[in-house]
Amino acid sequence: MTRIAVASGKGGTGKTTVAVSLAAILARKHSVHLLDCDVEAPNAGLFLRPVIDAAEPVMRPVPVVGPDLCDLCGQCSQACRFHAIAATSRRILVFPDLCHGCGACLRACPRGAITERPVPVGEVRSGLAGRIRFSEGRLRTGATATVQVIHAVRRKETASEYVILDAPPGTSCPLAATLNGADRVVLVTEPTPFGLSDLTLAVEVARMLGVPIGVVINRDGAGDGRVDEYCASSGLAVLGRIPDNRLVAEAYSRGELPLDAIPDFRQALAAIAAKLLQEIPA
Amino acid sequence: MKEIVVLSGKGGTGKTSITAALASLAGQVVLADCDVDAANLNLLLQPALVERHEFSGAPKAVVDPARCTACGLCQEACRFDAIRTGAAAEVDALRCEGCGVCLMCCPEAAITMEPTLCGHWSISSTALGPLVHARLLPGSENSGRLVSILRQAAQQLARRSGAAWLLCDGPPGTGCPAISTLTGAGYALLVTESTLSGFEDLKRVAALVAHFKIPAGVLINKADVNSLIAARIEEFSLAAGCDCLGRIPIDPAFNRAQIAGVAVLAAAGEELRRNLENVWRSVATCAQSERRPFNLISNSHSKGSHELCE
Repeated sequence: MTRIAVASGKGGTGKTTVAVSLAAILARKHSVHLLDCDVEAPNAGLFLRPVIDAAEPVMRPVPVVGPDLCDLCGQCSQACRFHAIAATSRRILVFPDLCHGCGACLRACPRGAITERPVPVGEVRSGLAGRIRFSEGRLRTGATATVQVIHAVRRKETASEYVILDAPPGTSCPLAATLNGADRVVLVTEPTPFGLSDLTLAVEVARMLGVPIGVVINRDGAGDGRVDEYCASSGLAVLGRIPDNRLVAEAYSRGELPLDAIPDFRQALAAIAAKLLQEIPA
Repeated sequence: MKEIVVLSGKGGTGKTSITAALASLAGQVVLADCDVDAANLNLLLQPALVERHEFSGAPKAVVDPARCTACGLCQEACRFDAIRTGAAAEVDALRCEGCGVCLMCCPEAAITMEPTLCGHWSISSTALGPLVHARLLPGSENSGRLVSILRQAAQQLARRSGAAWLLCDGPPGTGCPAISTLTGAGYALLVTESTLSGFEDLKRVAALVAHFKIPAGVLINKADVNSLIAARIEEFSLAAGCDCLGRIPIDPAFNRAQIAGVAVLAAAGEELRRNLENVWRSVATCAQSERRPFNLISNSHSKGSHELCE
């Protein structure tokens, strides 16, 4: 099993397009499982259109204070490092949106007055998109459990030849949670100052986690040469380029995979996949 | 002083470019870049540093191997799979949430909670006004606390300087950093794009904005890629009680300006300039409006002109 993460740092560079296209190409000859880890805004499913055969909530245990046993000592509130439980003179208040579900309050309560109830913070759905096994995580609106939902969708990984992880944008904990344990990361960038700036941060995360990097330059021709210069001077392998092409944007806008409709996109992705497979054969 | 926060759901719709463009038109402003793990606004404003502060995230658990007897109680108690026990227990700082449960159950007092440097935040001066921005160290927790610190500092600056507007460039997504950008804001400007993915993510961020009861308006960037979806987005916005703030077509001036390190107005042609001026007028009017809903409908998308409709 080889895990390939597709990330970027910058949003909107083409992660999902590349991840889904790679999955489609690899699935012709290999078993593939795509995990959409962009749980705040999962979109891979719009292009793969899977038939969902399993869905389960992601739950977080949140404290419930039993009024009969509670004597308002406030130890629970003192033990909580997230300000999710507060003691007033009359009652204990719980703020589920701030709660991390760690159980510190339970342990701190000298009277055993705290129990827990599960609260849904998201959902994981799985199914089949043709030959591609598909799973996605979705964060519930207003919940603060992104990393937890990413872990939940990653646990759905099956023993496929290739596991493709569609990563969220950004360079903080959600990206780290997606890249951790990947065998390769494909960093999709655009040849612009914003693209370059965020690429350098994503590279730092990948290097910190020891994940080897391949760069794909999307919308090649739409910007300048600084990303190329950076890759060369940083010893980063460029797996390939996807030329800037309005037709790709238009197909994407309709939820269509440009792979089928647009020859120069198809060529570019075939070259990228071939280069990847050279480095990490099944 | 009105605070406008710019969100999108989907990444790459143009939040940062639009924030800088509107700041150029807004007169006296303070700017905050709340996209702390991928901050880009500074790249358009040529900021001069005024002050810089370190930022420590939530303290993380650290095991003293000299005291640890490898009993494994901490590993059992940890709900985040952040502890492994070998010769001694070891905490995975990436997974540790800083809850302190391990410290509570360690019989040898071998665990302490240590502050971790997560990044730094700065106040810089720019030609458009003060910029409050940050750099989070890669891989760090992004719980939203740093965003809150930035917004507080920016709000203080705006009050002291008498600025009419505080514009906050937000992060993509709908999680902790987006929520921290949004809570208590006066108005949410939702920048989307005319794509299926953009539309789906707009619905997610619109639900978030409604959850926090913040008045909002929708601006469709790259609108000419798919005018059918642009129309559906406008329908959705009206039905959701969001203002329709206009459409901006794809324009090479955005990339040109970015490459030159300036906000787009410096590179914009007459049509784009007029469009952005109209958008700012709409945003300013809607953000100051007490009535809900108050919708502006584009009457000529190709020319980008607008008229007020009540």
